[in-house]
Amino acid sequence: MKQIYLDYSATTPVKEDVVKEMIPYYTEVYGNPSSLYSVGLEAKQGLELARERVAKLINAQPAEIRFTSCGTEADNWVLEGVADALKNKGNHIITSKIEHHAILHTCEHLEKNGFEVTYLDVDSEGFVSPEALEAAIKDTTILVSIMMVNNEIGTIQPIKELAAVAKAHGVLFHTDAVQALGNVPIDVKDLGVDFISMSAHKIYGPKGVGALYIRKGARINNYMHGGGQEARKRAGTENMAGIVGFGKAAELSMNNLDAHIEHCSTLRNKLWEKIQAEIPHVQVNGSMDKRHPGNLNVSFDYIEGEAILLLLDAHGICVSTGSACSSGSLAPSQVLEALGVPVTKMNGTIRFTVGDFTTDEDIDNVVEVLSKVVARLREMSPVTGKEGW
Amino acid sequence: MALYNETVMEHFMNPHNVGEIENPDGKGTYGSPVCGDMMQITIKVDEEEKIVDAKFKTFGCGSAIASSSMATDMIIGMSVEEALDLSNKKIVDELGGLPPAKIHCSVLAEHAIKSAIYDYATKYGKTYAGLEGFDPDAEEDHHHDDIEEE
Repeated sequence: MKQIYLDYSATTPVKEDVVKEMIPYYTEVYGNPSSLYSVGLEAKQGLELARERVAKLINAQPAEIRFTSCGTEADNWVLEGVADALKNKGNHIITSKIEHHAILHTCEHLEKNGFEVTYLDVDSEGFVSPEALEAAIKDTTILVSIMMVNNEIGTIQPIKELAAVAKAHGVLFHTDAVQALGNVPIDVKDLGVDFISMSAHKIYGPKGVGALYIRKGARINNYMHGGGQEARKRAGTENMAGIVGFGKAAELSMNNLDAHIEHCSTLRNKLWEKIQAEIPHVQVNGSMDKRHPGNLNVSFDYIEGEAILLLLDAHGICVSTGSACSSGSLAPSQVLEALGVPVTKMNGTIRFTVGDFTTDEDIDNVVEVLSKVVARLREMSPVTGKEGW
Repeated sequence: MALYNETVMEHFMNPHNVGEIENPDGKGTYGSPVCGDMMQITIKVDEEEKIVDAKFKTFGCGSAIASSSMATDMIIGMSVEEALDLSNKKIVDELGGLPPAKIHCSVLAEHAIKSAIYDYATKYGKTYAGLEGFDPDAEEDHHHDDIEEE
């Protein structure tokens, strides 16, 4: 059975060219980049090339890129690090209700430590409004953190406008761009943001490596304490192969960005058109206009998401319910809740994400299986066709 | 690799007793789509008070559907008294276990069966010790807390 992977927002396969560049850093260029002999210096060279490549993808300076162990670490670092650096200036942080858990749970932790957090509402398509941000800023506000692209519904936030609001008040602005990187063009100079969280494994790079963009001069304290790595900003021996892989993935992404966006959005749009044509009682969540090119989040009436997921899996099709981080937990998605999606519909929601390896034929096959799966579960459901179920 | 064990997967993939009995002797529903799962069970009972047929319709996850399939399998051929004695634990055991967070699916099945029997008892003027204090319309417990695991 051929596997059809439609969960690229959960993670991506590592591209062959990426793996090829990584391997020597395990076996030949195994030196510690902090060492001063040749195999160490050679590693250091690989590290700096990766930094340049990641910087280029977002139009930053290499010295503004600091590697981390993952996107979650970058999110933790920016919140804890800015809170710590500016605690004498204020204790107020603004974020949104639809952020990733890496932001929301870190904010909750900060709240326990005396910080005040405002969680901005979003509209029915998941957008944060610049006016709402403006209204929430106080004298004590030290940081605004709004994700660039939502992981569940794919909504692309007006980051440039939001960052401008923060800047006008002299407040630092962070955006979690883990889902955005490689899927929407990012230019830090144009966006005017101070910090960006990134991750390698969403752009066909390896797991276990991320980065934080820190605009030159932006105030932030360290989060990981120890050695002098990353210009004394992030301690810990570098995950060399991972970082090199991130760099190569960033380069490939940079060269392939337009084609990638075109490929994904074409297939995603086809998926949604076919679903609408063949399956009644469905709704898309989020905006079809400003959306991650590969993301489709659909609610299927009268049935439950995990059952859909399991039956698709039995046909080799990989999708997720809500976001991968909340599958396994029974709590409904806080993102769909913030959009005002009724709980009944939330339970029957599936996230599809297409990527570089998805084919036109895959979409045909998926919809063929999906329509049977949905029909079968609806036949089994006691609420099928009932008003106000 | 699968999320559930082989027995659960088999009952989910090829569930037994799906549907609704026409003119059932008892019909019970428990849960709601808001909670994430809802089960409807219809039963046919003969003069000897034996359950001769049972069918289910379920809105829910894989383990809810598997629990419905297994539970209906188990009560077919049982006396009403025996079916009232069927605990969620016995359903879980017969399924070879469920993940802790999914134990509530078996509770749902136990309650749906009791509700169907309650309906039957009301209709036919029967009383059973196993139904004492049972309220089919009781608010669903916060069954996601796994408290029924034991």
